[in-house]
Amino acid sequence: MIRTLEQFDAYVAAEKKIEPKDWMPDGYRKTLIRQISQHAHSEVVGMLPEGNWITRAPSLQRKAILLAKVQDEAGHGLYLYSAAETLGVERADLIDDLLSGKAKYSSIFNYPVLTWADIGAIGWLVDGAAIMNQVPLCRCSYGPYSRSMIRVCKEESFHQRQGYSIMVELMKGNEAQREMAQDALNRWWWPSLMMFGPSDKDSEHSSQNMTWKIKRFTNDELRQRMVDMTVPQAECIGLKMPDKDLKWNEETGHHDFGEINWDEFYNVLAGNGPCNKERLAVRNKAHHDGAWVREAAVAYAKKNQKIRA
Amino acid sequence: MNKPQHKQALLRLGDDALILGQRLGEWCGHAPALEEDIALTNIALDLIGQTQSYLSLAGSLNEGESQTDDQLAFHRTERDFKNLLLVEQPNGDFGDTIVRQFLFDHFALLRAEHLASQTFDLEAAAIAAKAIKEIRYHADHSSKWVIRLGDGTTESHERVQKSLNELWKFTGEMFTADEIDVAGIESGLLPDLTILKTKWDTAIDAVLKKSTLIRPENGWMQQGGRKGIHTESFGFLLAEMQSLPRTYPDATW
Repeated sequence: MIRTLEQFDAYVAAEKKIEPKDWMPDGYRKTLIRQISQHAHSEVVGMLPEGNWITRAPSLQRKAILLAKVQDEAGHGLYLYSAAETLGVERADLIDDLLSGKAKYSSIFNYPVLTWADIGAIGWLVDGAAIMNQVPLCRCSYGPYSRSMIRVCKEESFHQRQGYSIMVELMKGNEAQREMAQDALNRWWWPSLMMFGPSDKDSEHSSQNMTWKIKRFTNDELRQRMVDMTVPQAECIGLKMPDKDLKWNEETGHHDFGEINWDEFYNVLAGNGPCNKERLAVRNKAHHDGAWVREAAVAYAKKNQKIRA
Repeated sequence: MNKPQHKQALLRLGDDALILGQRLGEWCGHAPALEEDIALTNIALDLIGQTQSYLSLAGSLNEGESQTDDQLAFHRTERDFKNLLLVEQPNGDFGDTIVRQFLFDHFALLRAEHLASQTFDLEAAAIAAKAIKEIRYHADHSSKWVIRLGDGTTESHERVQKSLNELWKFTGEMFTADEIDVAGIESGLLPDLTILKTKWDTAIDAVLKKSTLIRPENGWMQQGGRKGIHTESFGFLLAEMQSLPRTYPDATW
């Protein structure tokens, strides 16, 4: 078991996993709690925009797939909250922070899901960006987080494929369907790129997290990968990337792309996005409406403990 | 039973699963705890899977060209749906949803057990055999919640007793045999509803006893679903569910 900072540093440097009972620096613990709980909150809030379309999925097969996907998100939320709890916090407290607006979740879910093609774009781009961010986390130095991310990533990769498959089907369809797909790409592309966070020059947490092996690649590196991966996928099915500055750069071997609207990024982050208020209001209502159910479950469990004892 | 009757019997199975699955889908992201978001979507997923199987089979028995599960789900109108009134009842609060599920699950389990054992329609038997494994979990989940809520707090007891009282009038329809049931019983496809009712009573009473809830009196029983006469909320459910395929009738998704 790790008892000192020296041991901790040596362990992390040697790519060994830190486990819950090991000694760890306070900053490491805080960073992980913040990151894991934000991730859990994102899964939970992320159920809402997609959940909206379960009742309107255009075929039984699509309905079943979307149900399976959103159920996965709830599962991810559960094991991420559990991973956070190994660091000495309670799920209930973390949820309170989400509901009060104190804790953040991924800003992407503050954009409205307007058409069925948005469900495709979310799977393809949003889950695609999430995987890009999360695959390196499978090697995160903190054991419980690393193990939950391995499972999350397996499921996310299925989510991404289901999203792309929706887009493929739409692009094979009639003109209205193709327009729907292009429109969804136009609206979701830039917010998806924003998911990698601020540009490296403005990112506050990067370097320490690199040393701690919580983070492996910088925001801009991951963003570049996302662009390079997505462009050929879009071309393959006849979608046009909504970026006039996008072009292949022979020298770098990457795509150059246009400037992100950081003003929009910081505004959505600050709570001014199209759905920030609605998302939190829905979570608060669900929590409030369900209070009597949770209380009943606790009361029943207590009664039964007494009977058994 | 003749082919149209056979088709109708399968439509009822598919429609019960579809409409309840659709209602449960509305819960996604709104449940009292994350565990229940998972459970309710999981049950919905099972039900949509059963829907696909039963409706595809029903569609294959159509006079003339066979119909797909999607054609049946998305291109029929209110009066053509033959689900029980119970399963279309709005979600209400969590207790309403659980009681609706509880009353239906035990019926669905007994019905599936019969279907799995009959030899009139072997494909339906295979679907039911798979569904039984799922419905056992559903019945376990809803029964445990009925007990927890019934024997939880004073508030939960009162709420769930009210849900039970209000939904009880939709239970009679499950056990009322009409000409399709009679033909189905004769052919062996469908269960004898009198026997089913006795078994259902036993299962329900056992759970209610543990839950400290009082079984409502059998008063007036509202019927109509099997004839396509639904309650008012049903049209809204269909409008939402069918909106995309209706807007683009020739599209594939």
